[in-house]
Amino acid sequence: MTISKNPRMAYGEALVALGKRDPRVVALEADLGKSTQSVLFKAAFPDRHFEMGIAEQNMASTAAGLALAGKIPFIHSFAVFASGRVYDQLRNSVCIPNVNVRICGSSCGLSDFGDGKTHQAVEDVALMRALPNMSVLSPADSIELTAMMEQILDWKGPVYIRVNRNDLPFTFPGDPSYRIGNVVKIRDGADAAIFASGIMVSKALEAAQMLAEKGISTRILNVGTIKPLDRDAVMGFAEGARAIVTAEEHTVIGGLGSAVLEALRGVRHAPVEMIGIHDGFGLSAESYDALLEHFGLTGEAIASAVRKILEEKS
Amino acid sequence: MTGKNNRGGIADTRRLEIKARTLREHVVRMIGVGKAGHLGGSCSLAEIVAALYFHTMRYDPKNITDPDRDRLILSKGHSVLIQYAALMELGVIPLAEREKVKTLAGMLQGHPDMDRTPGLEAVTGSLGQGLSIGVGMALALRLDGRSSRVFVIMGDGELAEGQLWEAAMAAARFGLDRITGIVDRNRIQATGPTREVFDIPGIEKKWEAFGWNVLNVDGHHLAAVVEALDRAGGMKGAPTVIVADTVKGKGISFAENTAAFHNGIMSQEQFDTALAELGAARAARTQEKPG
Repeated sequence: MTISKNPRMAYGEALVALGKRDPRVVALEADLGKSTQSVLFKAAFPDRHFEMGIAEQNMASTAAGLALAGKIPFIHSFAVFASGRVYDQLRNSVCIPNVNVRICGSSCGLSDFGDGKTHQAVEDVALMRALPNMSVLSPADSIELTAMMEQILDWKGPVYIRVNRNDLPFTFPGDPSYRIGNVVKIRDGADAAIFASGIMVSKALEAAQMLAEKGISTRILNVGTIKPLDRDAVMGFAEGARAIVTAEEHTVIGGLGSAVLEALRGVRHAPVEMIGIHDGFGLSAESYDALLEHFGLTGEAIASAVRKILEEKS
Repeated sequence: MTGKNNRGGIADTRRLEIKARTLREHVVRMIGVGKAGHLGGSCSLAEIVAALYFHTMRYDPKNITDPDRDRLILSKGHSVLIQYAALMELGVIPLAEREKVKTLAGMLQGHPDMDRTPGLEAVTGSLGQGLSIGVGMALALRLDGRSSRVFVIMGDGELAEGQLWEAAMAAARFGLDRITGIVDRNRIQATGPTREVFDIPGIEKKWEAFGWNVLNVDGHHLAAVVEALDRAGGMKGAPTVIVADTVKGKGISFAENTAAFHNGIMSQEQFDTALAELGAARAARTQEKPG
């Protein structure tokens, strides 16, 4: 099967595959099915798809009820609504009883580039990471997303998964031993370590290329599972690096960068720079690339952060 | 197994009245002296909860995870003491837990916590979420071809929560006639009379407009409560809500019709008074008993 470069298409197809595999899988939508691609599940399993209307809070608690009665519900909305709008419902209806609700945070980060601040989720990882029992996934591309979806039914407790709206380059090695929770080294190097998630993994690869031209060798760690974070893996991959950079499509408050720094507490490590949005909301832009560049979410920004640390140290 | 097998008649009503009194006594003992507890909203529900667990619901206390059981969700989770009391009477919660409520050594939390407490169906307490959870359960039960009913108890103050009306629309939209909502209309919320704090006029008309069948009942008249719960079960095509007129703190003179015992603290004297009044009620009922 060929996987679409578009993560939401890949998500929609993976969800249908899960529906075929397990009759417990049900899907709930809040009138964004064409964006989230839950429409594919609706077409395949009309009896197990529930259009809840534009009522996300009810959708989240309804999913808790379905899960308490033995189903594995997937709820869908834009990431900004699927996390923030329903925070209290996820906290109380879902996370306290630790039920198997899966939350598809679609059009994550800045990927809905045209719609501006209200529709761009730049703080969802921080919110979801703060919830006890919640796992937080941020796949780098459709390949990793599909691998995560294949395992997601067996994962205990609620899961929040970020899904990008736009085509993303394939960066993830198709590795059958991959498991949710793994921190995966996708490029080896001695001088610097870059921890990245989501679209920023491809930007990190661009940075590594630029740095290689300057004689700097960089290892890239794809942190697809931001929570629970494999702390030992993060410490191990940080070891020996003279510069550490984190890169995320999110504010630098409470997201991947914070999680990596939490993991590195109590051990000696190289200086860390964080690439992300600095305590601010998004913006409407003419293209995704233009918006990422506006916020400094580029390979060049990552490369210059690495260089800055190495130059300051020498 | 409780349920339809022991329904009907004056004797059954008497049995349920005694149960309701016993539930109130458990609640008073759970709160104890000098500690805050939600006495008012628990006591307004005593007859309704007694009727549900000891008459209406298909519920086997020996098999509390039976997928075919009826479910009770207390959306007004702060009144969970009355549910604990019923679960104690059923033997689901050990009676020894009664004096350990809200302590680290106990299993009974201040609000419903499935993690610690057997017999609870959902986590509630953040108001407005219970009906949505009930909608989810009802959808799952329907998918699985089970006949179980889902009961959701809400407060009248709680009706200000917007999510609850989202859920009301969804229940009607999906034709979830297995859901019976119960509004505990005791007319007093945390900080005062509902009419003064946040008046919600036309509750019955609102539910009707949202596509629900509506029944009215005196929430302390057990024969009427039992009849309404049975009737609701027979109404097909749309969910039914029973708007139950109740008295906050019912059965305990100093706690009746006051916001002071929404989450109040009893003195030793009040504690003794409460038990004496409940005991007196028991004595009176015993004397009334025919034959």
